Amino acid sequence: MTLALDTLGRLESEAIHIFREVAGEFDRPVILFSGGKDSTLLLHLAIKAFYPAPVPFPLLHVDTGHNFDEVIEFRDRVVAQHGLRLEVAKVQDWIDDGRLEERPDGTRNPLQTVPLLDSITQHKFDAVFGGGRRDEERARAKERIFSLRTAFGQWDPKRQRPELWNLYNGRHRAGEHVRVFPLSNWTELDVWNYIEREGIELPDIYYSHEREVFLRDGMWLAEGPWGKAREGETLQRKVVRYRTVGDGSCTGAVESDAADIHAVIAEVAASRLTERGATRADDRLSEAAMEDRKREGYF
Amino acid sequence: MELLRFITCGSVDDGKSTLIGRLLYESKLLYADHLAALEADSRRVGTRGGELDFALLVDGLAAEREQGITIDVAYRFFATEARRFIVADTPGHEQYTRNMVTGASTAEAAVILLDARKGVLSQTRRHARIVSLLGIRHVAVAVNKLDLLDYSQEAFDAVAAQFAEFAAELDFAEITCVPMSATEGVNVIGHSELTPWYDGPTLLQWLETVDAGSAQDGPSRFLVQWVNRPDSTFRGLSGRVLRGTLRQGDAVSTGGRTSTVDRIVTMDGDLAEAPAGSSVTVVLADDVDASRGDVLGAAADPPGVADSFQAHLVWLNENGLLPGRQYLAKIGARTVGFTATKALQLNEIGVDKVHFDAPVPFEGYRTNRDLGSFVVLDRLSNATVGAGMIDFALSPANVRWQTLTVDKQARIARNGHRPCVVWLTGLSGAGKSTIADLVEKALHAEGRHTFLLDGDNVRHGLNSDLGFTDADRVENIRRIAEVAALMVDAGLIVLVSFISPFRAERALARGLVGENEFCEVFVDTPLEVAEERDPKGLYRKARRGELANFTGIDSPYEPPEEPEIRLDTTTLSPEAAAAAVVARLRALGVC
Ligand SMILES: Nc1nc2c(ncn2[C@@H]2O[C@H](COP(=O)(O)OP(=O)(O)OP(=O)(O)O)[C@@H](O)[C@H]2O)c(=O)[nH]1
Ligand SMILES: [Mg+2]
Repeated sequence: MTLALDTLGRLESEAIHIFREVAGEFDRPVILFSGGKDSTLLLHLAIKAFYPAPVPFPLLHVDTGHNFDEVIEFRDRVVAQHGLRLEVAKVQDWIDDGRLEERPDGTRNPLQTVPLLDSITQHKFDAVFGGGRRDEERARAKERIFSLRTAFGQWDPKRQRPELWNLYNGRHRAGEHVRVFPLSNWTELDVWNYIEREGIELPDIYYSHEREVFLRDGMWLAEGPWGKAREGETLQRKVVRYRTVGDGSCTGAVESDAADIHAVIAEVAASRLTERGATRADDRLSEAAMEDRKREGYF
Repeated sequence: MELLRFITCGSVDDGKSTLIGRLLYESKLLYADHLAALEADSRRVGTRGGELDFALLVDGLAAEREQGITIDVAYRFFATEARRFIVADTPGHEQYTRNMVTGASTAEAAVILLDARKGVLSQTRRHARIVSLLGIRHVAVAVNKLDLLDYSQEAFDAVAAQFAEFAAELDFAEITCVPMSATEGVNVIGHSELTPWYDGPTLLQWLETVDAGSAQDGPSRFLVQWVNRPDSTFRGLSGRVLRGTLRQGDAVSTGGRTSTVDRIVTMDGDLAEAPAGSSVTVVLADDVDASRGDVLGAAADPPGVADSFQAHLVWLNENGLLPGRQYLAKIGARTVGFTATKALQLNEIGVDKVHFDAPVPFEGYRTNRDLGSFVVLDRLSNATVGAGMIDFALSPANVRWQTLTVDKQARIARNGHRPCVVWLTGLSGAGKSTIADLVEKALHAEGRHTFLLDGDNVRHGLNSDLGFTDADRVENIRRIAEVAALMVDAGLIVLVSFISPFRAERALARGLVGENEFCEVFVDTPLEVAEERDPKGLYRKARRGELANFTGIDSPYEPPEEPEIRLDTTTLSPEAAAAAVVARLRALGVC
């Protein structure tokens, strides 16, 4: 009798395989880690891939400064717990010395690209792990698992390398780097099911809690370092949770009483909105928003 | 729940993307925000006069939506009560065949679309061939756009028969033809009243029931990707089970050495057995020296090891495959040098004898996709330029290298200087031969052992069978490079004076000798100057059209990027140039 891997087992094995290919072929990989659920999952898989050895890569967080305290606290705790090295590139530093300018709308998600690319150049990172999934968005649905970036960090969607079987081509010239997406074939529901199966801890804000929020562009936003409710927007106490975690100025909460992992899974399975559609103002900006940002070098 | 990975393919505009969009829509699998975006897009850039254009759901790149075609493969996810699916919607355009191959390589089933009005087109044939070649055995043929033919059963039967006749030569286990209209949603989910004469499965019914089991049974194979050595007490081999089931206590072998699986380690605890597909870490009972790229195989039935194969190749790059050119191949977790013997153009499929520069563990592609597939990479651009599937090994590596007593070191001691290749490259008439001749004279006068290989002279003898096509130029240089390497073994300073227009072949020549035994000299003379000099009258002939494939005129010259020496002949006399080369050789410690 041969037992076979189930779907989550297949996805896990594939991701681990990818981590090990990168360890075998690159000199200076790095894992993008924000403390959000996808990057927490990514780190969990990396730890499994190299066990019992420690993860042979550092982590990089491009910090917008528009964070939820719970997430930063969680980030630092996880890093300490596993004895990892974390580089933080603060968008604020780039604004302070004039390399970046604050946007009129106060959103800093789009501002992450420059600090990200600068950090990659500075540390000579040659492989950059991201938690992107093909089910998130239609431009991501087109991306390879190993995705080559030019020396300027750019993605050329019309000239992607063929990528066959499990044979990933990591060859690149000096200055170029490869974005690596081990979660490409996972769906949002897979992520949650796996988090449950593995008992992976996440920041509390992914589960329902009470929070003061106000309505803007159809999304429930919270007040924070990124700004306050404007005139005509009233703060209300609601039971909410977050489906994604990004820049607080454009990451919306969803009304939800899903207080534990089982409830979240039930909610995600029944949801009629994708997590980005439900919670990310920036992806709604333009019809090709994600593709444009990816071309420039965004995650 | 069981997962099926499938592709849609077929000729351009046959309705592949529309069909997938319709499938997602009909099966109520669309998220509300995606649907809202679809409505807006359809009004703006749709091809259906403002009605829902389902192709826009999958054609996710701006360029695709503008041009109304698919350029690259899109991966979409959906699930029904019965199964989960990952569909790869591939482009029909011939230009983007490589992206179709990308999607097909990981699929277990294929939906091949036909436009009922057009039937089987050349691109349909190409896609069907690729599907068969990649080992996909189950296909549905969606005979689409029947709405434009009043759902005529005759039309459907005719196209189905046409496909069946063509497909007889392919390796499919099962072909199911479905009459469809993607835009109207006919026979996508449920049976349509518009085709009362059809009683086969609808497309979704077929997808939910097709037998997709890719057999991965047989003797175990474990690919080593990474040696896991956190400290001196633990040495594990991290990798993946590619076939069979690996069990604790199994006798396994690699490279002729045998050991026993002592532990199968994972973070969730040790396993007694690991099925095909598992990523685990193996600890062997003995201190067997295995590293990245090695394969542990069941000791009773290990995989073969060879360096020459018959293989099917699909070429994926605008620059065609040149026989004899040195490429790289990635197979398993190993990257080795690769050469093929036949030319192939973009999107061409061929059967060829291929050669790897080191023996690799392998299995035939039909037996094991993972150990029987490889990709071909360009050494300079790093692009993925081809894909290969091993049929069988040609000669098991039975030509052994003979160890000789009088070796290079002995010759260096006798000659009193190191050997080296001095490779002069540049346009015809650049001054290569003149400079090479002067350099040799100088070295000879100093008592160095030298030899000069001159392009024109060698073409009279060793290479008299070669012309000036790109393929012949590659072979010309390959032979010279080998001869030069032999002469380096003989202890000589070899002056090579050849146009040698391609970087890849010069890189090959460099690779054949030791680190400090190659000195590339770029005799840099601009085309206008060389043409002005025209010592042999060749440029005039070429300009008159009497000489085809002349470097600089109608055949490319790729200047060296980092030559050891660059000689600007517009400012240096031949004597000064030669002196510069000798000085540089001295600095390099050659003489
Ligand atoms: N009448 C009719 N038109 C169809 C049908 N299916 C697709 N079309 C139209 O055919 C055109 C091409 O459809 P696509 O889905 O983009 O074709 P495709 O096969 O994905 O094309 P490529 O991916 O570029 O190769 C569009 O205008 C569709 O609306 C059909 O069943 N009936
Ligand atoms: Mg299409």
